[in-house]
Amino acid sequence: MAGEVPNLEASKLTALVVDDNFVNQSVHHKLLDRLGIKNDVVSNGQEAVDVHCSGRNYDLILMDMDMPIMNGIQATRRLREMGIESKIAGVTTRAEEEEVKEFMEAGLNDFQEKPLTISKLVSILHNLELYVQT
Amino acid sequence: MQRQVALIKQSLFDQGYLDEQFIELEELQDDANPNFVEEVATLYFKDSARLISNIEQALERGSFDFNRLDNYMHQFKGSSTSIGASKVKTECTMFREYCRVGNVEGCLRTFKQLKKEHATLRKKLEQYFQASK
Repeated sequence: MAGEVPNLEASKLTALVVDDNFVNQSVHHKLLDRLGIKNDVVSNGQEAVDVHCSGRNYDLILMDMDMPIMNGIQATRRLREMGIESKIAGVTTRAEEEEVKEFMEAGLNDFQEKPLTISKLVSILHNLELYVQT
Repeated sequence: MQRQVALIKQSLFDQGYLDEQFIELEELQDDANPNFVEEVATLYFKDSARLISNIEQALERGSFDFNRLDNYMHQFKGSSTSIGASKVKTECTMFREYCRVGNVEGCLRTFKQLKKEHATLRKKLEQYFQASK
């Protein structure tokens, strides 16, 4: 599966990458680009909340768990309290059952363990019914 | 030259410095971003140099704030995982285990090994990217 980019029609989807790590930001941004998904990048949960307060909205949010100022769990909860109905996928290196459970209960729609790959991203899109493969 | 590139790359995988995540990154390269992997690697080494410096300073202070050290190492592990830096990732994991049990000697020993693996990876990737041009 590595290297096989699905033959998608031009995507009109938009996404927000929420991660404090510059390497992850770069990789996740490129992965989304590769699937034709226009995306913005922010560095922590507070910035994710702020960008929504400014009126932006996204089909998909890729949310890291551990971030300064406001972590992924807090940000997910806050976004749901604000009435944001975007699909939120948690993406983190933490995979202990209790940690995943807490993250999911904050309001995630899906969860993937890092590192994110094309196939994991496609899996997220499939799980969240965000595109139809042509 | 192509053969040299292939040999350098193969040795990086055979010796365990890189894992399949690196190949995932290479698959993302296209005409629009032909140097994507090198750019990500540059970001990684810039970020990891900062983290190594932070950890060194924290260890030199001698107070051993294991929570702070673990936080730094969590970030380091995250970056290393995303670029496929397998040996460095393993050392990060071990260091965090030593933090968890408060083992100073283990932390110091592992950090020394981590810096060695990191420096070797950096040198080999520089050779690889240079040979690929």
